Amino acid sequence: MTLEKFEYDNKIVRNFAIATMVWGIVAMLVGLLAALQLPFPAFNFDSHATFGRVRPLHTNAVVFAFVGNAMFMGIYYSLQRLLKARMYSDVLSKIHLWGWQLIIVSAAITLPLGFNSSKEYAELEWPIDIAITLVWVVFGINLFGTILKRRERHLYVAIWFYIATVVTVAVLHIVNSMALPVSMFKSYSVYAGVQDALVQWWYGHNAVAFFLTTPFLGLMYYFVPKAANRPVYSYRLSIIHFWALIFLYIWAGPHHLLYTALPDWAQSLGVVFSVMLIAPSWGGMINGLLTLRGAWDRVRDNVELKFFVVAITAYGMSTFEGPLLSLKSVNAIAHYTDWIVGHVHIGGMGWNGFLIFGTLYWLIPKIYGTQLWSKKLAGFHFWIGTMGIMFYAIPLYFAGFTQHFMWKEFTPDGVLRYPNFLETVVQILPMYKLRALGGSLYLIGAITMVYNLVKTAYAGKLIANEAAEAAALEKNYVEHPGSHWHRWIERKPLQMLVWSLIVILIGGAIEIIPTFMVKSNVPTIASVKPYTPLELLGRDIYVREGCNTCHSQMVRPFRFETERYGEYSKPGEFVYDHPFLWGSKRTGPDLQREGGRYPDSWHYNHMEDPRIMSPGSMMPPYAHLIEDDLDTNLLGAKIRAMQKLGVPYPQNYDGVAGKDLMKQANTITNNLSKDGIKVMSNKEIIAMIAYLQRLGTDIKGEKTIAKN
Amino acid sequence: MSVIIILIAVSLLVAIGFLISFLWAVKTGQYDDDYTPSVRILFDNEFKDESTSANEKNIHSNNNN
Repeated sequence: MTLEKFEYDNKIVRNFAIATMVWGIVAMLVGLLAALQLPFPAFNFDSHATFGRVRPLHTNAVVFAFVGNAMFMGIYYSLQRLLKARMYSDVLSKIHLWGWQLIIVSAAITLPLGFNSSKEYAELEWPIDIAITLVWVVFGINLFGTILKRRERHLYVAIWFYIATVVTVAVLHIVNSMALPVSMFKSYSVYAGVQDALVQWWYGHNAVAFFLTTPFLGLMYYFVPKAANRPVYSYRLSIIHFWALIFLYIWAGPHHLLYTALPDWAQSLGVVFSVMLIAPSWGGMINGLLTLRGAWDRVRDNVELKFFVVAITAYGMSTFEGPLLSLKSVNAIAHYTDWIVGHVHIGGMGWNGFLIFGTLYWLIPKIYGTQLWSKKLAGFHFWIGTMGIMFYAIPLYFAGFTQHFMWKEFTPDGVLRYPNFLETVVQILPMYKLRALGGSLYLIGAITMVYNLVKTAYAGKLIANEAAEAAALEKNYVEHPGSHWHRWIERKPLQMLVWSLIVILIGGAIEIIPTFMVKSNVPTIASVKPYTPLELLGRDIYVREGCNTCHSQMVRPFRFETERYGEYSKPGEFVYDHPFLWGSKRTGPDLQREGGRYPDSWHYNHMEDPRIMSPGSMMPPYAHLIEDDLDTNLLGAKIRAMQKLGVPYPQNYDGVAGKDLMKQANTITNNLSKDGIKVMSNKEIIAMIAYLQRLGTDIKGEKTIAKN
Repeated sequence: MSVIIILIAVSLLVAIGFLISFLWAVKTGQYDDDYTPSVRILFDNEFKDESTSANEKNIHSNNNN
């Protein structure tokens, strides 16, 4: 057995670490802005920086930029050491690094510009989606290539978590991002209504599972034992909970759609798997915490262990809360409220954030061959960060409960006690302010960390290529000793395999899904008709402005909802909705039955300045809709795209759609002028009003709907 | 709801992929030893200095294999 000398690539780890810190601060700043915009609408200072656009920017920045880069940093560091091999290809590492940063920059530009597909955590438009796929494949090849040239036969459990991440995220991303492009920056989801909702939350939930959870469990299994200098509590448990976790997670998505128009059996399926998930989730938490058994004294003066302990505890809390929230009776309370926002931030700030901070504090001094510049400052970060999480989450739990119970409270006479939605919003404003305070504390902590680590880096010198040596892997361990492929030959078929798998997946998806979907677009309610051209463009503006960030379009079958909003939502109402716009949070009221509720002039004034019509409202002003001309250039292409997706516009309708559009626009301007509002027919506001007035009206004519 | 067929098919595809890799892992002896790997990761064969620690490293790598 000969020892081979090689070098670990620390530079790529360092570069991902820098990206983590830079984007982390940016993501938290954007989050703070969003948090301030709710209690103080004046922070919506620009039409490109309204809450509806800032919120997706924040979530994308946190998930893909901060957590994403941190994941790559941790994987590139641990994978090399676990496999006793340098990364497969330095070039691929660099493409991965810079490709990912390029994607983030393009997201940071396009999201404020309103290029938004409306699908949560997948808002980016199709060209960026393709770029993500390509960079992800590069990452996959780099990872599998390293596994193939490894010098350690056994794949440590962390690596299994990384493999699950790479494979599943690719599949989820491709299936959910299936969209028909209309132009460079506009596309329509190939799925409609209920189907789109199901795909979206199948993706959304698994993004939590395979982007925020599995890679970080892998990192936990490496960095926690390393920092504590203790083996993991039970290696056997880690194996069992890994396989259980990945087999269960993928079925739990429908719990995001409880009491919606999704068929009941699909909801129940999601609930069952969500409840089961507590077992493998807590298996991981227990394993992580018990790794410190008999070494708890080390937590006292080891700052990264402090971070890890809180991170794992937060993981345990949110994975207990997850199954709890998946129970229909609990979900009835929590859905659409700030409870969910609090829940995800326990996961995001606690689990992901603190695991990342702990890893950075451990890793940066290591690759710079020095000690942490200031342990005291890191201790300060730990405490202010923990306080930040508390101040963030606890007020939101209160806000969630408060608002829900106000929504559903009836007077003894049987009418809603708080019929005005705004009353329930004003009530929770103090909680929103506290939440912003919590976020600020957390951000301050992160800034001290960056300062501390920069100082650390300057005190040391980057060990860009860390020398190591290990024996080569014996190839004849496996049952078939006859095979003695040379390793580099072995790698080529694998690359082929990976590429062909991706090609087959994309190709297959493009072939199968649209045809499949179009056939299924049979309307089940005869009175539900496609949107008129003006409404369609209005809907695109609704998506662009991110209205669905705060307004749901899904009335659940509860008395307190049908009293407030009207008839509950039916699956057949959404068959022409590409994409679906059910929303997941009610910062403002539901809009499913908005059509005809107010006169056109109310909407006009409300958009110009919400506080004129509803004093105390936190909605951003949309005065720019009044000034901006409606872009009808793409109307024909949009109609044709919708036809391709199975929406039954008459043949050659794209040619005459413009005429219909002007007719409807003129009707609305006439209505407005009756109320003393002078506005041209070709403004965006007209399309917006047309869409809002259409919402939920299709089935209003049906005889079954009776108020009360 | 026909999309659920696609989702189930894709999910099963992923699950089958993982099942195959699970069977592969068991068959190739990945899980024969469920203790040593947890300890092994704690040892890095770090080069502190080219000349001094060569002996120590040899011992390490012998132990590890």
